[in-house]
Order: sequence, then C-alpha cells, then structure tokens
Amino acid sequence: MSEETAVSERQANETKTIFGFWVYLMTDCVLFASLFATFAVLRNSTYGGPAGNELFSLPFVLIETLVLLTSSFTAGLGILAARSRDKQRVLLFFGLTMLLGIFFLTMEITEFHKLYLEGNSWRRSGFLSAFFTLVGTHGAHITSGLIWMAVMLVKVARSGLTSATVKRLTMLSLFWHFLDIIWIFIFTIVYLMGTAV
Amino acid sequence: MLGRLNWQALQHNHIVLVAQISMTLGALGLIGFITYKKRWQWLWREWLTSLDPKKIGVMYVVVALIMLLRGATDAGMMRFQQATDGHFLTSDHFQQIFSAHGTIMIFFVAMGLMFGLINLIMPLQIGARDVAFPFLNSVAFWLFASGMLLVNLSLVLGEFSAAGWLAYPPLSELAYSPGVGVDYWIWALQIAGIGSLLSGINFFVTILRMRRPGMTLMKMPLFTWSVLNSMVLVIFAFPILTATLGMLALDRTLGMHFFTADGGGNSMMYVNLIWAWGHPEVYILILPAFGVFSEVVATFSRKPIFGYTSMVWALAAITFLSFTVWLHHFFTMGGGADVNAFFGIMTMAIAVPTGVKIFNWLFTMYRGRIRFATPMLWFMGFVVTFTIGGMAGVMMAVPAIDFQVHNSLFLVAHFHTMIVGGVVFGFFAGLTYWFPKIFGFRLNERLGRYAFWCWFVGFLLAFLPLYILGLMGATRRLDHYDASLGWQGLFIVAGVGAMVIMAGIGFQILQLIVSIKQRHQNLDTTGDPWDGRTLEWATTSPAPVYNFALTPSVSERDAFWAMKRHKNTEEPAYEDIYLPKNTPMGLFIAGCAFVFGFAIVWHIWWLALVGLLGVITCIIVRISAEHTDYRLSAEKVAELEAGRAP
Repeated sequence: MSEETAVSERQANETKTIFGFWVYLMTDCVLFASLFATFAVLRNSTYGGPAGNELFSLPFVLIETLVLLTSSFTAGLGILAARSRDKQRVLLFFGLTMLLGIFFLTMEITEFHKLYLEGNSWRRSGFLSAFFTLVGTHGAHITSGLIWMAVMLVKVARSGLTSATVKRLTMLSLFWHFLDIIWIFIFTIVYLMGTAV
Repeated sequence: MLGRLNWQALQHNHIVLVAQISMTLGALGLIGFITYKKRWQWLWREWLTSLDPKKIGVMYVVVALIMLLRGATDAGMMRFQQATDGHFLTSDHFQQIFSAHGTIMIFFVAMGLMFGLINLIMPLQIGARDVAFPFLNSVAFWLFASGMLLVNLSLVLGEFSAAGWLAYPPLSELAYSPGVGVDYWIWALQIAGIGSLLSGINFFVTILRMRRPGMTLMKMPLFTWSVLNSMVLVIFAFPILTATLGMLALDRTLGMHFFTADGGGNSMMYVNLIWAWGHPEVYILILPAFGVFSEVVATFSRKPIFGYTSMVWALAAITFLSFTVWLHHFFTMGGGADVNAFFGIMTMAIAVPTGVKIFNWLFTMYRGRIRFATPMLWFMGFVVTFTIGGMAGVMMAVPAIDFQVHNSLFLVAHFHTMIVGGVVFGFFAGLTYWFPKIFGFRLNERLGRYAFWCWFVGFLLAFLPLYILGLMGATRRLDHYDASLGWQGLFIVAGVGAMVIMAGIGFQILQLIVSIKQRHQNLDTTGDPWDGRTLEWATTSPAPVYNFALTPSVSERDAFWAMKRHKNTEEPAYEDIYLPKNTPMGLFIAGCAFVFGFAIVWHIWWLALVGLLGVITCIIVRISAEHTDYRLSAEKVAELEAGRAP
C-alpha cells in the first residue's frame, strides 16, 4: 500500500468513527425524546402532591445552567488546543470542564436530596417519577461523561496527543455539547414551563 | 446478601422440572463433549473471541436455531393444551409459556437470524473486508447471547413473566406480578436490545461508508438496501424500547409511578411507547427478509430484478410509514374517531408499497428461466402466506372491524402469517441460498424440499383454523374454554398442523446432518454455485478472512454478473491487509452485563454494583488498548490466494 492511500484510509477511518458517534448521539436523542414525551404526559399527574411551581427554585437552576454552559465553552477551547496539539492547554481546559461538570452534578444531587428530604421523592407521584427520571438520566450521562473525561486526562498526561486521542477527545466534546443541548430543553420544558403557571 | 434469591427459586412443578433437568443435562453434555474432544482452546480462539463478522454471523444463527427449538416446544405445548382442552398445564404455567414463546421467537430467533444473515452477507455484498466497528459487533453479539441466557435461566431459577410478550401494565407492575418473572423479561430484553442498537449503528455506518468505489447507493444489491432501511428503523426505534423498559424497571424496583394504576401513573402511555418501538420492529424483521427474496428471485429466474428503483422506493416508503401506524395495535384504547381513522388509513397505505414489491417479484419471474431450488420454494410459499396475511391485515386496519377481532385468535393468526410466512420463510430461504458461501458446500436439496412442504402445509393447517376460531369469538391466550362452544375440532386441526411443522423442523435437522456427512459430494469449488449476480459470489466459498484479496470496483448494479461477462485478465496486484485482532473483551463486557441484569432481577444490590463496575472497567481497558489490528502482508495474501484459487 502506498503512503498516500495509507493516509487517506486512515482519514476515512477517522471520519467513519466520528460519523458513527453522531449516529449514536441521535439514538440518545430519541431516548431523551421518549423521556420528554413521558414527562409531557405526566406533568399534571401530581396525584395530590406538589407541582413544579411549588418545588423548583429558578435562580438555583439558572446557576446550574450557567455552570454547564461554561463547561461546554471550556470543552470547546480544549478541542481547539487539541487540534494544535497543545498538551498543557488540553489538560487545563478539559480539567476545568471536569471541575465545572462535577460542580453541576453536585448541584443536581443537592436539589434531588432536598426534594427527597421534603418527602417529594420519585415515589410521590407520576409527575415526580417523570421529573427524577428525565433529569436523572441527563445526570447519569454527565456522570459517564466525567468518567470518560478522567480516563482521557490520564491518557493525555501519560502518552500525549496521538491522533487516536484527538479523535476520542473530539467525540467526548461532541457528547458534552450534546448533553448541554439536552439540558437547555430540560431547563425550558421542565423548569421554565413548570414554574410558569 | 442474596436479595430475593433462595431455595424456593429452584422448586417447580413436574413439567418445568423436566425442562430444567433436560436443559442442565444438555449443557453438561455439551461441556463434556467439548472437553472430551479437547476443543476448548479452538472454540475460544476461533469463535468466542473472534471479531470476524462471518464467524459472529454463524454464532448468531446457531443461537437463533437453538432458541427456535425452545420456542417451538413452547408452541407445541400450547397447541396440545388447547387441542385437548385438558389440564396438562396450569393457568400460570400456560401464561408463562405464551410469554416466553413470543419473547423468544421475536428477540432471540427472528432477530438472531436477521443479524446473523446481515453479518454473514452484507459486508461481502458491498465488497468490504469488515464491518465499520468490528469490536462493537462482538459486544453486540455477546449482549444478545447474555439476554438469551437470562431468559433461559428463568426456567431454572425462579419463573418467567406471565404478562404476555409485551408485558402490558398494570398487570406487569409489582402490585399484580410480584415475582421475578417480569424482571427477567425486562433485563433480558434490555441487554439484548442495547446489543441490537449497537448493531444498528454499526451496520448503518458500514453500508454508508464502506462500499466499494463505484457502488453508488442506487447500485447496491437489494438485500443491502433492505438492511440499510431496517437499520434506520433500529436506530429510531430501539432507544424507545430502552427508555420504556427502563421506566417499567424503575416502577418495579424503585416504586415509581409511570404506568401504575395509582400514584398518577398512566398505563396507556406504556402501550403507546412499546408499540412506537414494536411496530417498526415488525418491519425491522421483515425488510431483510424482503431483501433475501429480492436476491433469490433474481438469481433463480436469471434476470435482473424487475423495477429496481421502485423496489428501493417501496422499502423507503415502508420505512417511513412504519412509524405512523403504531396505534392500530390498540384502536380499542378509545382515541376517538379522528385518531383511529388516521392510523387506519396509514395502515392501509403500507399495503401499497408492499404490494409493489410482491408484483415486482412476480414480474421478475415472468419470462425468466426459473429453477425451483429450495430457496425459490420458500419464496413461492411466502407469496401465498404473505398475501393471505396481508389481506387479513388490511381488514383489521379498519377500526370498526378491529373492534370485533381485537385480541382474538384472528389477530394471532394474522401476525403469525406475517412473521412465520414472511420473516421465517425469508430467513430459511436466505440460509439455504447462502449456505454454500458460508460453509463451502450446499445443503441437501431433497431433504430441503421435504422440510419446506412440511412447514408450508403445517403452517396452513396450524393457522387457517385460528382465523376461523377468531371470527367465532375465540380470544387469544386461553388455557381453557367451554366444550359447548364447539371449538375443539378446529383446535385439533391446528394441533396437527403444529405437529407437521415439527416434522419440518425434524427434516431440517436431518438435512443439516446429512449435508455435513455428504459435504464432499456437494462442495462449492467455484464460489458461485447458483450463478449469482452480486458481489458475495465473486469470492471463494467460504470466503477468506479478508473477504476479498483485491477489492473489486463496481460499475453496474448486478456487479458480479457484469464481471462474469467481462473477464478481467490483469495480473493481480495484492496489497497489505489490516484486520482486527481477536479479543475476549466483548465477551467480558456482556458477561458483566449479564451479572448486572441477574443481580437486579433478584435484588442483589452489591452484585449489581460489581457487574456495573465490571462493564465500565472492561470498556476502559479496551479503549486503552493499542495495536488492535494486525497486518497480513501482500506476499502472504498472494500465497493464500494461490492456495485457494478455484
């Protein structure tokens, strides 16, 4: 095989993986769509329990949202650094992204914990089941994104930025931006529309 | 420590006990046989850790055929119960059997045969050396196998779901099904379903990105087209299944209220969601079967397929429409006249592209030089049964008629006509047609014909009475009926039909044994035993691990047919080939997923955590692995090719 075809084959391989990852993201999108649809059906099924406007604190959720949006921004900076093979900046920006992600997750768990202590757990009503599941599924995705990020940080720190690592960082940032977009929908549909009564 | 698991889980009535013991003995016998033959290393190296789609495909088919025996045994017991109207089975056991029958036949037989055939043939048809993501392919297969194992484990430990193959709530909720049965059902399907989703992504990307130069979309073989459409449906439909099963699991394990009768749950939402997956699922299965028939009819009529473009558009139309009809499974929900009319009309509309396909196949045969080999017999049988079933389907698309026959045996007869007469006949045709490509020798034709006629006659005997019984008012899932209704005669006919089908399965097993014994008489030395038209016949039988030494370039639709007419005399210039190394990680990941599923079924929380951590660790280990490919040098390829030239 000539050098040229080897290179083009490698590139084809790379776009194939990224394309495959896009397709995976779309399947995840359908998964969230199912959960959103369920939430829409059950949002008034409070079964005598509290509705969204009695439970949610918008300023708190706004901070959560801003934290996640900022983390998406730093992930973007991280990818720019990865493209120019700048190891230190990759570690810095993805490290920052990870910290912001952990902060976001902590806030979400705090909110869940508070609701639980107040007696408004997922067992309370159909509405709360749908709320905990939709937001919690997003949180579970964030958690797996954080685990993935930790693995990648170790890998970059140890063996630098190979083309395979950059490809994986690209997919990771796609995943992270995707979760950001899902969160925008959660913020709008669950929190904003839930409190505007 | 062990959650809900205790000694009682092992206690069963005598019929289950027989199954339990025979299954355990079978497994022990198999292990003993492999040990006696000293084949463990070979099995591990050549099969279990393989990333070669041709081997993964064979494993899918083997699992599916074993599950076919289990599913058929379940069917036989139900037919016996209804034909004798006796007390052979208790109500609860009868319910578990029909739930297991449906679950196994759809998820572990039909899906297994489909993914098997896709793995075996699709990469060859597009001239590729592999699928897009070979490792993902192995993970997907082993997840499928794990799900299968969970379903069968329920026979030994505990019980299976008694809530039907789709486990409608509120019956499937904890309040009405407190045992482990529904949990087994959920986690078996969840694990196998995620495998299917991964396969869907994998094959979709393979077809779009790995075709040979020159093979534009409109030059793809129709089997590949049907797979592409089917995988689009997998990608859109399976996440809905994942979400729905997840919510039912949350209801049952964490006390949520998605579908419960109280707490503000909405059980009809489950029915909507499950059919939003379930109806496309029907087409996920039937489209590849259509693809098989398109290849078979063209080859055995020695003509290009009639109306290729309209065939492709018909596939696309069916793919689109299949997402607009799910409500016809429950017109009786009371959605109102407008809603029912919309879904009724969309359902009837699907008959149009399907009809286009039937006519195109028939026009392909018209003035062709037809050879009535076994695959062609399956096709002819399919045309008859599928047309009967299709007409029954259009009938039921009218909501007013559906209200009369909803949940009756008429419906049961309808969907069996489509799935047995469509999907199963299609995959049998495909397996017979491609068998020489996979194993290098042909199946015995005479026994294949016997098997076909038993299946065909048995099928009509078993299911035509059910149409009549349905119109007489017999509902589905009856373990007992009043003798004064006068149904027993027809049930006996159906039972005889089931026995004739069993004879067909017997002939198929015999066919396999005889063909293996006489393989030297039926060797396929040319790689092209049927005078084929598409690229899979351009390589030797069985295909080498790299599929094609030289990647053929394509300029026409029936690429191999064109190649045979224009012989290429150039000296071959081989190049290095990169192939993935074997790895057991797919097996390990699925093994951990199995442990996770099993632990959740029995509420053994620490073990669930172990399983989950195991999955995560295996994934991290795998993505950290380097040098996952190996190189086959050009000289080595030339050497291999010289040794296998026809």
